[in-house]
Amino acid sequence: MRNISTIAGKEFRGYLNSPMAYIIICIFLLITGTFFSNYLQQISYTDTTIKGFLQYGNILLLLFAAIITMRSLAEEKKLGTWELLLTSPVQDAEVVLGKFVAAVGIMVVMLVLTLYYPLLLQIFGDPDMGPIWTSYLGLLLLGSAGIAVGIFVSSLTNNQIISAVVTGGILFGLWYLGQAATYMPTAIGQVFSYISLQYHFQAFSYGIIDTRSIIYYVSIMALFLYSAVRSLETGRWN
Amino acid sequence: MIKVRNLTKYYGERLAVDNISFDIGKGEIVGLLGPNAAGKSTTMRILTGFMMPTRGDTWIADCNMVTNSLEGRKHIGYMPESVPLYTDMTVRDYLDFFARLRGLDRIRTRKRINDVVMLCHLEEYVDTIIGKLSRGFRQRVGLAQAIVHEPEVLILDEPTVGIDPIQISQTRSLIKELGKLHTILLSTHILPEVNLTCDRVIIIHNGKVIAQDRIENLSAIVKGARRLRLEVKGPLDQIAKRLQRIDGVKRVVREGEFLIVESPLNIDPRGQITETIVKSGWTLLSIEAVDMSLEDIFLQLTTKEESA
Repeated sequence: MRNISTIAGKEFRGYLNSPMAYIIICIFLLITGTFFSNYLQQISYTDTTIKGFLQYGNILLLLFAAIITMRSLAEEKKLGTWELLLTSPVQDAEVVLGKFVAAVGIMVVMLVLTLYYPLLLQIFGDPDMGPIWTSYLGLLLLGSAGIAVGIFVSSLTNNQIISAVVTGGILFGLWYLGQAATYMPTAIGQVFSYISLQYHFQAFSYGIIDTRSIIYYVSIMALFLYSAVRSLETGRWN
Repeated sequence: MIKVRNLTKYYGERLAVDNISFDIGKGEIVGLLGPNAAGKSTTMRILTGFMMPTRGDTWIADCNMVTNSLEGRKHIGYMPESVPLYTDMTVRDYLDFFARLRGLDRIRTRKRINDVVMLCHLEEYVDTIIGKLSRGFRQRVGLAQAIVHEPEVLILDEPTVGIDPIQISQTRSLIKELGKLHTILLSTHILPEVNLTCDRVIIIHNGKVIAQDRIENLSAIVKGARRLRLEVKGPLDQIAKRLQRIDGVKRVVREGEFLIVESPLNIDPRGQITETIVKSGWTLLSIEAVDMSLEDIFLQLTTKEESA
C-alpha cells in the first residue's frame, strides 16, 4: 500500500510538473464548456441539465485517458528507469496500481474543475441534481476504465505515440461498438452493445445507477490492469 | 553474499549466458570482466531480479532471486549501464523516491540523502533538475541512488563508462571507499579498472566463465608471456616462418605491417631475432615490447581452456 502511494505521488507530481496535463485539461474545459452553453442556448434555457457537457464530454474523456496514460509505462521503458523500478522491492502490481491511481487522480482534478457547470445551473435555475451526480459517477467509471486500457497498452511499448494511438483506437472501438450493434442481428447486436462502453454510460446520464454497468466498468479496469501486470511479468522472462 | 549456480539465459534462440557459477563473499569487491556482449549485463540483470534466468539459480544474501526475488531485492543497490534517471526531477526528489520505494521512512530518507549527496559530491546540485546535469554528475546521481538505502550488495554495470578521466579516478576511489561497507560486483571491459578497484576478477567470454582469480594471480596470467612487435622490411610471411623456428619463440602472428612475437617470460629472444633477421638479409626497422590487450588475454584464456 505504501509503495502504491509512493509511486502514485511521484507520478502525480510528474503530471503537475509537465505542461501536458495542463494543456489537455484546458482543451477539455474549453470544448465541454462550449457544448454545455451551446446546448442551453439551443433549448432557449428551458431546461437545466448538463446534457451539452455530456454530449461530447464522454468521448473527450476517452481521448484524455489515451493521452494521459501514454507516458506512464512507455516512458519508463524508454528512459530505462524501468530497470530500477523493477529491481526495487516493489511488486509489479504495485507499480501498475500506482500509475493507475495517479492518472485517475489527474482525471478527478479535471472533473472537479467542470463542477462549475452544475454550479451555474444551481445559481441560475433549479436543476435536478440526481442525474447530474450519477453522470459524474459514470464519467469517473468510464474515464478510469479508459485509463486502465491506456496503462495496459503503455506497458507493451516504449513509444508514447504508439501507446496513445492504440489506446485511442481501442477505446473508440469499444465506444462505437454500441452504434454498430444497431445494424446487426439481434442476438449478436445485444452482445456487442453489452460490451460497448457507450451502452453502459447511458443509464448513468438518465440518473440510474445500474449495478450491471458498475460491474462492467470495474471488470474492464480489472481486466486491463491485470493484463498490464502480466505484461510486466512476461517482460522478465523474455 | 552472492551465489550463482549453473546460470543460463537464452534470448529466444540466442544463448547469452552459458552455465555460469560463482560465489562472492561478504565485503569483497569483484570485477566482472569481459568484452562487449560477453553476458555481463545479462548476468547482472538476473542477479538484480530484473530478469529471470532460463535455467539455474542465484542467491543474494541467502534469498533465491527466482523464487523470493522481492525479499532479495531489498538487499541490492543497482546501477544499470545506461544510468537511467528521471530527467524532469531534481536530484533530491529522485533520491527521495527511490529511498522511499526501498522502505526507508521519511526521517531516515532525509538523513541518507544528505549522507549520499556528501559522499558523491553532489552538494551543489541537489536541487538541480537532473536533465540539466552533465554526464559525469548523472553518473554520480546514479551511484547515489544505488547506495541511498544502504544495501548490503552493490551491483554496478560499467560504472566508469562515458565519463572523463578525472571523474573516472574519483569514481574508482569512491567505489573503493564503498567497498568497506558493501559487497560490490562491478562489470567492466577495461582491464586496468579491475586492477585498480577489485580484489578479485571473474572473466567471462561468450557467456562462459573462463577464469576467476584474485587480482595478483591474474597479473601473473597476463604477464605470462612476453610480446614483441617487429617492423621488418621483407616478405613478412616468410620471415614469420623463419622466426618461428627460433628457440623460445612460442608464436609469431602477422598484425598488419607488423609481426608479433610471443615468448615465455623467462626467455628474452630479442638477440636471436635480430641476428636471424639480419643474417637472412632482411632489414629490422624496430623492435618493441607490447602489453597484452584484453582481447589477447581472452584469446589466451580461451585457447588454454580448450587445450586443457
